[in-house]
Amino acid sequence: MIRPDAELLLDITDLHASVEDQPILKGVNLQVRSGEIHAVMGRNGSGKSTLSKVLAGHPAYRVTSGTVRYRGENLFELEAEERARLGVFLGFQYPVEIPGVSNLEFLRVATNARRLKQNLEELDTFDFEDHVHERLKVVQMDPAFLERSVNEGFSGGEKKRNEILQMALLEPVVAILDETDSGLDIDALRIVAGGVNQLANANNATLLITHYQRLLDEITPDYVHVMASGRILRTGGRELALELEQIGYDWVDKELAAQGVA
Amino acid sequence: MTSTSTRDLVSQPYKYGFVTEIETDKIDKGLSEEVVRLISSKKDEPEFLLNFRLKAFRHWLTLDEPDWAALGYEAIDYQDIIYYAAPKQQAKKASLDEVDPKLLETFDKLGIPLSEQKRLSNVAVDAVFDSVSIATTYKEKLAEHGVVFCSFTEAVKDHPELIEKYLGSVVASNDNYFAALNSAVFSDGSFVFIPKGVECPMELSTYFRINSGDTGQFERTLIVAEEGASVSYLEGCTAPMFDTNQLHAAVVELVVLDDASIKYSTVQNWYAGDENGVGGIYNFVTKRGQCRGARSRISWTQVETGSAITWKYPSCVLQGADSVGEFYSVALTNNCQQADTGTKMIHVGPRTRSTIVSKGISAGRSSNSYRGLVQMGPGAKGARNYSQCDSMLIGDQAAANTYPYIRSQQPQAAIEHEASTCRISEDQLFYLQSRGIGFEEAVSMMVSGFCRDVFNQLPMEFAAEADKLLALKLEGSVG
Repeated sequence: MIRPDAELLLDITDLHASVEDQPILKGVNLQVRSGEIHAVMGRNGSGKSTLSKVLAGHPAYRVTSGTVRYRGENLFELEAEERARLGVFLGFQYPVEIPGVSNLEFLRVATNARRLKQNLEELDTFDFEDHVHERLKVVQMDPAFLERSVNEGFSGGEKKRNEILQMALLEPVVAILDETDSGLDIDALRIVAGGVNQLANANNATLLITHYQRLLDEITPDYVHVMASGRILRTGGRELALELEQIGYDWVDKELAAQGVA
Repeated sequence: MTSTSTRDLVSQPYKYGFVTEIETDKIDKGLSEEVVRLISSKKDEPEFLLNFRLKAFRHWLTLDEPDWAALGYEAIDYQDIIYYAAPKQQAKKASLDEVDPKLLETFDKLGIPLSEQKRLSNVAVDAVFDSVSIATTYKEKLAEHGVVFCSFTEAVKDHPELIEKYLGSVVASNDNYFAALNSAVFSDGSFVFIPKGVECPMELSTYFRINSGDTGQFERTLIVAEEGASVSYLEGCTAPMFDTNQLHAAVVELVVLDDASIKYSTVQNWYAGDENGVGGIYNFVTKRGQCRGARSRISWTQVETGSAITWKYPSCVLQGADSVGEFYSVALTNNCQQADTGTKMIHVGPRTRSTIVSKGISAGRSSNSYRGLVQMGPGAKGARNYSQCDSMLIGDQAAANTYPYIRSQQPQAAIEHEASTCRISEDQLFYLQSRGIGFEEAVSMMVSGFCRDVFNQLPMEFAAEADKLLALKLEGSVG
């Protein structure tokens, strides 16, 4: 839903970032307003995942120049955990397993950290159980997963559902979903996409990072961006995704060559 | 980028590092037969005890310090240690009101209030300060149940027959280098006797405090549970910060008769030295329990977080048929700490069972070794052992080792051993942080998850404390 007067949530200006001194992002510009769903597409190595990690504050990624303002605040002055508490959410492409840490306890601590920032009351163990059971419906998840260690022994699909469950609990303002569709069969994809659709509203925004059109069959984006060589090369509406499905990414090389970048 | 690097965090100072200014009765440095005799005469001991000491001392002179542990430290100068130091007050007081307020204050500061009004409600405490016990709470109440809980010195006076019968019966005075040293010069400690059929009505606890900088601490604990008796006992320890190393060489003996059980828990938080490895306690401890009776049970639970050097293998000799030995351990080392710890399960009787769960956490530049022996004797028909040894590495400069020794002379005994090593990865920490969980809370969540199996074994009152202690110790660990 595009409303020009909607709050500017994320304002990325000329963002450059490196991993192990290897420049990956080379001048990303992007504005995300509340109510919007953006899809960021592109080939492997185009910088999509790096963008998501930089926004979430992964310590291995170094910002070399440019700015990101989140609701007017300099995002890079905030620790990763502080960003999360303020409503920035990263849905991981490969959610990590954390043996020994109960999923339920983890979800409760995370939820309370966010609620504290929202001036909401912390939930004790009992209230949280009720709360989480209600949210489980969003992703049709079996409550048995709450009793296990975080992501330990979960299948690919279960891990992704657990990510969307976390999103449902944390109620983020900006949700960045990094290849949430990868490794999912069509049923699991529908459930996960259904969860994302239920959670999207006029007061938040979603950034979908994906290779494929098929996720966008389930979630309709307002904007589609094509990333290449660490920049956004082209922006369009949902029809751009359909076009990519037809013609692939070969044109990207030509365009980059024309710009003298490749 | 402002993300916290694990390397940036600064170590939390040791909270118990203060020194109590108090007049002390100390003997001169050095160790000789005269010193052994002096300690014995200061304590006005019966002849059997003096002979026990002298025999141990003479044997000690023939021994070499063991060097098989994975530990490196400068040679200890045994002549540069004071073997007896006691706060200057007359013989132990009948009432706590007469105890030097400075001592009460010291234990208050350590979180171990001893006075009538503030003492822990369901835990009886024996407080040991340097070489002597200064107070024991709830003695009368325990006596109503026939339970003896007192300092070792009092036990020698009031129950010499029990001491003579049991002292050295599990850990002989010539057992090993440090046990022989302890047997020669031990000054105090705790004695517990639970008579036949009695379930001890409260937790018993001894709190050891080293105060003097140049004094060794050599305490002796002896716990006897007669037929059908049971007791849960906890020891805690702290010491001030000095830039020299102090020697602590304790001996603990447990005797369990038919159908009796002893649960022995330790939260060890001796001063560990600074981040460069200067100072800290050298902790060389011999702990062993003997399941003499059928169906008897000994359970060791230890949370080892302090000391510069830890050398400690709480063990069980499973003599009685169907007896059970358990060892649950969390050993955490940070900075330059070194720990070589584990257990011995000696299966003698038929159908004896033992369980070993060891969790080692190494951070900083520390080294953490599990060393354990499971032995099935010829009579251990149908005996079983299960061992699980897990190591967690924090950062890339810490070391973890596992040395399991297995000996079986009984074809019908089963031994299972599982081991694993894991590392707290940057990605796991980032995952938790990206959900709003602070860096240190993330580390401590992962560590306490790792240790849960062991913490579940601690008495309720202390489980939460152990969890907090670990979190505190890890603040500032390298990642």
